[in-house]
Amino acid sequence: MTSSIATHLPAAVAMASAPASADGFLALAWLLVALPLAGSAILLLAGRRADPWGHWLGVFASAASFVVGLVMLIVVLGRGSGDRVVDLRLFRWLPAGHLNVDVGLRIDPLSLTFVLLVTFVGTLIHVYSVAYMEHDGDRRRFFAFLNLFVAAMLLLVLADSFLLLFVGWEGVGLVSYLLIGFWFQHTPNAVAAKKAFIANRIGDMGLLIALMIMFATYGAVDFSTVLGGAAGVSEGTLTAIGLMLLLAACGKSAQFPLQSWLGDAMAGPTPVSALIHAATMVTAGVYLVVRAGPIYEAAPTAQLVVVIVGAITLLFGAVIGCAKDDIKKALAASTMSQIGYMFLAAGLGPIGYAFAIFQLVTHGFFKAGLFLGAGSVMHGMDEQVDMRNFGGLHRYMRITWITFGLGWLAILGVPPFSGFWSKDKIIEAAFVGEGWRPWVFGSVALLGAGLTAFYMSRVFFMTFHGEKRWNDGHSATPDTTIARSAVQHPHESPRLMTWPMIVLAAGSVALGGLLSIGGAFTSWLEPVTGGVEEHVPVLPVWLLITLTLGLVVAGLWLAWRQYSQAPVPVVAPAGSVLTRAARKDLYQDGVNDGLLVQPGQYLTRSLVYGDRAVIDGAVGGLGRVMVRLGEATRRWQTGYVRSYAATMTIGVVALVAVVLATQI
Amino acid sequence: MSLTNYLVLASILFAIGATTVLLRRNAIVVFMGVELMLNAANLMLVTFARIHGDLSGQVMAFFVMVVAAAEVVIGLAIIVQIFRTRRSASVDDVNLLKS
Amino acid sequence: MTASTVVTVLHGVAAALTDAGRTSAGEAALFWLLAPIMVIAALGLLFARKAVYAAVGVVAVMISLAFLYVAQDAPFLGVVQVVVYTGAIMMLFLFVLMLVGVDASDSLTETLRGQRWIGIGFGIGLGALLVSVVVRATFPAAVGLEKANADSNPVGVARLVFGDFIFAFEVVGVLLVTAALGALVLTHRQRLVRRIGQKERADARVAAGGSLTPLPAPGVYARSNAMDVPALDPTGAPIESSVSRVLRIRGQEREFGVVAAQIEPPATGSDREVTP
Repeated sequence: MTSSIATHLPAAVAMASAPASADGFLALAWLLVALPLAGSAILLLAGRRADPWGHWLGVFASAASFVVGLVMLIVVLGRGSGDRVVDLRLFRWLPAGHLNVDVGLRIDPLSLTFVLLVTFVGTLIHVYSVAYMEHDGDRRRFFAFLNLFVAAMLLLVLADSFLLLFVGWEGVGLVSYLLIGFWFQHTPNAVAAKKAFIANRIGDMGLLIALMIMFATYGAVDFSTVLGGAAGVSEGTLTAIGLMLLLAACGKSAQFPLQSWLGDAMAGPTPVSALIHAATMVTAGVYLVVRAGPIYEAAPTAQLVVVIVGAITLLFGAVIGCAKDDIKKALAASTMSQIGYMFLAAGLGPIGYAFAIFQLVTHGFFKAGLFLGAGSVMHGMDEQVDMRNFGGLHRYMRITWITFGLGWLAILGVPPFSGFWSKDKIIEAAFVGEGWRPWVFGSVALLGAGLTAFYMSRVFFMTFHGEKRWNDGHSATPDTTIARSAVQHPHESPRLMTWPMIVLAAGSVALGGLLSIGGAFTSWLEPVTGGVEEHVPVLPVWLLITLTLGLVVAGLWLAWRQYSQAPVPVVAPAGSVLTRAARKDLYQDGVNDGLLVQPGQYLTRSLVYGDRAVIDGAVGGLGRVMVRLGEATRRWQTGYVRSYAATMTIGVVALVAVVLATQI
Repeated sequence: MSLTNYLVLASILFAIGATTVLLRRNAIVVFMGVELMLNAANLMLVTFARIHGDLSGQVMAFFVMVVAAAEVVIGLAIIVQIFRTRRSASVDDVNLLKS
Repeated sequence: MTASTVVTVLHGVAAALTDAGRTSAGEAALFWLLAPIMVIAALGLLFARKAVYAAVGVVAVMISLAFLYVAQDAPFLGVVQVVVYTGAIMMLFLFVLMLVGVDASDSLTETLRGQRWIGIGFGIGLGALLVSVVVRATFPAAVGLEKANADSNPVGVARLVFGDFIFAFEVVGVLLVTAALGALVLTHRQRLVRRIGQKERADARVAAGGSLTPLPAPGVYARSNAMDVPALDPTGAPIESSVSRVLRIRGQEREFGVVAAQIEPPATGSDREVTP
C-alpha cells in the first residue's frame, strides 16, 4: 500500500445522522428560498404594469437572499466546527402511511457554500442582465424566471431529504427549459429547450428510481436516515442507488452519455448560459454525488463508474471544444470538460470531495466571468457568435479583454490564479491509488489540462488577438468576404455589464488562493465530506506540478502560434477527420437519434398503427360484421308469404325428423 | 286392412296440401290447399275416434269444420278486397313487408 | 232420397270391425277405390293451371272424404262434410273465383328463387316423415264405434258436443257470428260518389248524343239467324251496330256475303235485283 486512503467516515456519519436543530437566526433559513420565490411570483403575476421596475425587484430579491446567506455564514462560522450541521424542520408534507416526509432544510458547510455561490454569482448576473436585456420587451419575464431559478436552486441545495431535493431538481430543470427557449418565437430555440428538457428527464428517471429504491430499503428518504444507515444495507442495493443517482447527475450536469443538450442550450440569452449552464445548475450533479458520499463509499463499483464518467467527459468536452467556432459553444464544451474534472474528483472518494467542491466554486467564478465576457463581445459585435468573424478586439473592448483574460488564465490553471489551486489538487488526487487506476486517471487529468489550455487559448486569441476579421469600414482588406460583410462597431459594454465582470474576474484571481490558505476550505467542508489524512500520489507532487504547467504552456504556445501569429481563415477549413467529428459533437446526436429517437418513433408509429388497425379495426370490424350479418339475415325477410310458408315447412319437417330420430 | 291406411292417406293429403301452399301463386288456390290440409286432419281425427272407440275425435273434426267455414268466409272476403284494390290475386304481390 | 240410400248402403258395407281391429273386406275395397281418386284429385289441385280445375279437384276430394267418413261409422260427419264443406265452402270458393277472374292462370315460371325445389323437396319430405311416423306407431287394437254409436251416431256426437264440449260449442258459435260480421265489414264498399239512378243515367246518355232506342238486332235470314251476321239497312248495306260489339272486336263477325251466297236467286223475275 503506497498510500492510505483513510476516511473519517464514522464521524461524518455520526454527524449526518444526528444534526442539531436550527435556532436563532438560522431558523430564518427559509427566507433564502422564499425571497426569490416571492419576487418571481410578483413579477409573473403583476404583468406588464411591472415592466418599468420589474428588473430591479428581481435584483433586489436575489441580493436580499445573498445578504441572508452571508449573515447565516457568519453565524455558522461563529459556532464550533463540530456544531455546524443543523436541521431546520419547517412543516409536515407527506404523511402517507409508511412514508413520512417533512419539509425541512439542512444547513451545513456544503449547502452554505452553494448558497453563497448561487446568490452571489446570481446577483451579479441579475445586475448584468439589467443592461444586457435592456432592449428586450420581455425583460420582466426574464427576471421572473431568473428569480425562480435562484429559488429552485437554493431549495435543491438546502433540502434535507432526497424528495425535497427532487422538487428543487425539477424546478431548475423547468426554469432551464423556460430560459433556453426564452426567445421561443425563433423555433430552433424552442427545439433546443425541448432537447435540454428531455435529456434532463432521462436523468430524472434515475433520481426517481433511486428514490424508490431508497424507500424500499430504508422506508424513508431524508438524508439522516439514508446516509446514516448506509452501513447496514447490502452493497448491491447501494450500488444500484449510486448508479441511479449518477444517471441523474449526468443528466443535470451534461456528462457522458447525456451531454448532448448543453451545446444546444447556448440558444438562450448569455446571462442564462452564465448562470445556469456554467456556474450553478450544471453543478447540481456534483452536489448530489458529494452529498450522497456515504452511499458511494459503501459501493466502490458505483464510485468507479463515477470516476470513469468524469474521465470520459473530461476528454470528450476538451476534444469538442478544440473544434467549435461558436464562442458560446466552445465555452459550453469547456464547462462540460471542467465538470468532468469535478466528477473525477468526486468519484475518488473522500480525498476528492473537498477538491471537487473547491473546483466547483472557483469554476463558478471564472466560467461565469468568461460567459459574461462573451456576452459583452457579442453585444459589441452585433450579436454574432462566430469567432472567425472576430479578431483584434483587444483594442476596442479593454475591460472585456482584461476580465476575459483573467478568467482565461484561471481556467488554464496558471498560478497564482484560482484555477491552479483547485485543479492541481485534483490532478494530485487522481494520481493516488493502487494498480492501474492512478496511472489511467492521472494521465487523463493531465491530458485534459493540456487540451484545456489549448482550446481556451484558442478562444482567447481568436477573439481578441490576431488580425481583424471583420469589416471596420475604413481599411481595405484583401479578403472580399470580409469586405462584403456588414460594418461592425465594437464598443465597450455599459457599466452595469462591466462591473459584474470585474467582480468575477477579481474572484477568479484571488478566491482560490485565499481559500487555500491553511487549508481553510477543506477544513470548512470537513463536517460533511469527512476529514482526510495525508495521501501520497504515485508520482511526486513537484513532478506533477511541473508536468501540468509544462502541458499548459505547451498548449498555450500552440494556440498562440496557430491563432495569433498565423492568419485565421474566415471560412472554416475542411479539417481532419477528428476536427469534423468534433464539430459535430463527436456524433453524439447521431447516436442518440439512432439509439433512442428512431426506436421511439418506430414504437410510436407501430402503436398508433396497432391502435388504428388492430383495436379500431376490431371495434369497427365488429360493427361491420354485425351489419353484414344483419344484411345477410335481412334476405330472409322477403315479404313473400310463400317463402315464409317454406320456412315454416322446413322447420316442421326438421322438428318431426328430430323427434322421429330420437325414437328410432 | 288395418286402419293405419286411413292415416297414411291423410298424411299424403296433408303433404299435398302443404306443397300447394308453397308452390301456387293464386291466392284462392293456396287457400284451397289449406282446406285440403284441414280435411286431411279431419280424416285422421275420425280414424282415431274409431281406433279408440271414443267419439271425441268426431266432435273435434266437427269443430274443425265449423272453424274452417268461418275462416274461409273471412279469408275470401280479404282476398276479394285485395283484388278490388290491387287488381291481382297473386300471393306474391302482397310483399310490402319485405325489408 | 239418394243420399240417405247411399249412406245406408255404405254403412252396411263398411261397419263392423273384426276382433283384431281390421276392417271388413268391403271397406277395404271402398278404400282402395277412393284413395287413388283422392290422391289424383289432390295432385290435380297442385298441378292444375286453371284455378277452376283446382277447385273441382278439391271438390272431388271432399266428396270422397264424405264417403270415407260414412264408411268409418261417422255418418253425421259425412253429411256435414257434404253440406258444409262441399256445399257451402267450396261454392264460396267458386263464387270468389268468378269475382276474381276465371281467366287468371298461373304462369309456369317461379318468381322466388329456389322456392320450387324447397316446395317439392320438403313437401315430399313432409309426406314421407308423416307416413313413417304413422306407420311406425303402435296403436291399440281398433275398438270400433259400435258401443259409442249405440244410440246412433248423431246422438252420441250430440251427447259430447252438448256435454263435454259445451264451452267450445258456444265459443264456436260466437266465432261464426264474428266471421259473418267480419265478412260484411270487409266487403263493405264505401260509396265515394253519389249513387247514379236510372233517370240520371238516361239523361246522361241523351246528353252524350247516344241513341235512345235499343240497338238493331242481328240479321235474320232464310238460312241463318245467327248473332254474328249483320242486318241490312234499306239501301242494302250492313248495319255495324247490329252485331255485338264483342264479336266485332274479336273479329268473329261474319260477312253478309257468306250467308248471301247460300241464297238461291228467286225463280221468278222481279224488278229488284239482289245485290250481294
